[in-house]
Amino acid sequence: MALLEVEHLKKSFRVKDPLGRGAGHLVAVEDLSLTLEAGETLGLVGESGCGKSTTGKLIIQLLKADSGSVSFAGTELGKLSARELRSYRKRMQMIFQDPFSSLNPRMTVGAILAEAFIIHKLAPLRQIRDRVIELLETVGLSAEHEQRYPHEFSGGQRQRVGIARALAVEPELIIADEPVSALDLSVQAQIINLLKKLQHERNLSYLFIAHDLAVIEHVSDRIAVMYLGRIVELANADELYRNPRHPYTEALINAVPYPDPGHPRPIALSGEIPSPVNPPSGCHFHPRCPYASELCRNQAPTLNDLGSGHQVACHHQESVGKFLIHS
Amino acid sequence: MSVLHSSFLRDVVWNRLRHNRMALFGGGIVLAMFILAGVASLTGIDPSAIDIGQQLMPPSLEHPLGTDILGRSVLVRLLYGARISLLVGFVAVGISTLIGIVLGALAGYYGGWIDSLIMRFVDVLLCFPTFFLILAVIAFLDPSIWNIMIVIGLTSWMGVARLIRAEFLSLRRRDFVLAAEALGASDRRLIFRHILPNAMSPVLVSATLGVAGAILTESALSFLGIGVQPPTPSWGNMLIAGKETLGCAWWLSVFPGLAILITVLGYNLLGEGIRDALDPRLKD
Repeated sequence: MALLEVEHLKKSFRVKDPLGRGAGHLVAVEDLSLTLEAGETLGLVGESGCGKSTTGKLIIQLLKADSGSVSFAGTELGKLSARELRSYRKRMQMIFQDPFSSLNPRMTVGAILAEAFIIHKLAPLRQIRDRVIELLETVGLSAEHEQRYPHEFSGGQRQRVGIARALAVEPELIIADEPVSALDLSVQAQIINLLKKLQHERNLSYLFIAHDLAVIEHVSDRIAVMYLGRIVELANADELYRNPRHPYTEALINAVPYPDPGHPRPIALSGEIPSPVNPPSGCHFHPRCPYASELCRNQAPTLNDLGSGHQVACHHQESVGKFLIHS
Repeated sequence: MSVLHSSFLRDVVWNRLRHNRMALFGGGIVLAMFILAGVASLTGIDPSAIDIGQQLMPPSLEHPLGTDILGRSVLVRLLYGARISLLVGFVAVGISTLIGIVLGALAGYYGGWIDSLIMRFVDVLLCFPTFFLILAVIAFLDPSIWNIMIVIGLTSWMGVARLIRAEFLSLRRRDFVLAAEALGASDRRLIFRHILPNAMSPVLVSATLGVAGAILTESALSFLGIGVQPPTPSWGNMLIAGKETLGCAWWLSVFPGLAILITVLGYNLLGEGIRDALDPRLKD
């Protein structure tokens, strides 16, 4: 049994026009299914607004899904009462993208980290301080940071505090929502290494959300590519890089910078991501797709398994790859 | 943006306040009023002691602000009146802020029908001209100082409720609040530990300005004879008491009037100063 099983998850938001009348639905996540094994890292990639953060919040029950199910260790979370859910909150945690808005500016770092122990009564009151310091040291900070306020830290240090908070309850699953995209490049590497080290030590599972493939390839065992609320391709990380079968994946791989000035420049993906309130007909990707045909305009492709866990939703998956420039 | 770092509050806000002369002036007045109200009893003179031999004496060394028609010292009565004004100001604002925070927080946090219910109630209350609402309510009650404070408080919380609701709506979806929710924090913890402390800055401004408004309202009510009742001195009833003799004893009305003017001005300047100091868009 997988640690996390997500089936046919759907979430839409009501959009209102300026007069407050309903003006349609923004479909953020549509028919999304995935599984995650213990100790595994699943990367979730897609452009801004494709629904990847919403997916993370749905899984961790910060948002309620319209339909579909999220099962953690065999228990369907959506059916639990608020009280029952609390014990599962301890088993999965989230790391947020923006380290400047994810820490309460009015609480010291010590108080922020102590909350987990207080809420779940994980330690007697007089031991909490020791546990907090232990946590700070785990993430590469020190005891002297305990009495400080978040604004006294750099972005990287704040993100370490965010990671420490997520670790406090000793979860099995951590949803990392673009944990490094707000950080400097050199700090990104430190945080990634920290996350990998922690995974190794504690057998953590990660759902690692990112908006490009550059970061995610170093951490993920498997990668799911999202476009406008749907998973368009899901495969082992190696397989996805070597043999992308969806034109969007291909474009993402081409978009990863290559350190060679003589290297041919890829064709940039044309156009903006379409509005999820009024998505294109058929395959949502067809207006930007170099392979698009009449079929793509009329009929949405389904996610097909190509064998060995490689799934793709494309009518022309056999021909995809001819624009790929790396490798 | 209302999320202020504690050092932002300590350093930047305090620095800005310190360099805002008007705010300092206002703060000075407020402080002076507190001291004057505090020393009222040190004068050792009963504000209600009638001295028939000293009726309507103009300001002199013995009676710095003169005496009234019953020979009572205007200065001593003003000092005791300051107590009433400050008491009314703070208790009324305390009541209105408390109600505003509770209802605004409920509306903003839970949303849905609770929000609609509370905010429509606010809209309805805002339809009444506040002062006439107070007059109508007071008409049914004894005009005691406690009733005045309660009524002023009960009719002036709507602005605070709107402020708090707006803050809660935006803070509810902030990452640090979501993180606490994901940790399993209860609604109570989310509201009191995470959202409320970050929503208080606009309330501070509105409360400071509210004190000025409450003092003014109490004076007006006492002026109309339905506020603090003589012989208890209040600036409002001293003002009206001097009306009959305005032609021959100007000091009876002018000094209470000045006291009201200066105090309200002080609170308003201080409130505006705090507002400017808390405004992150203003650069030093």
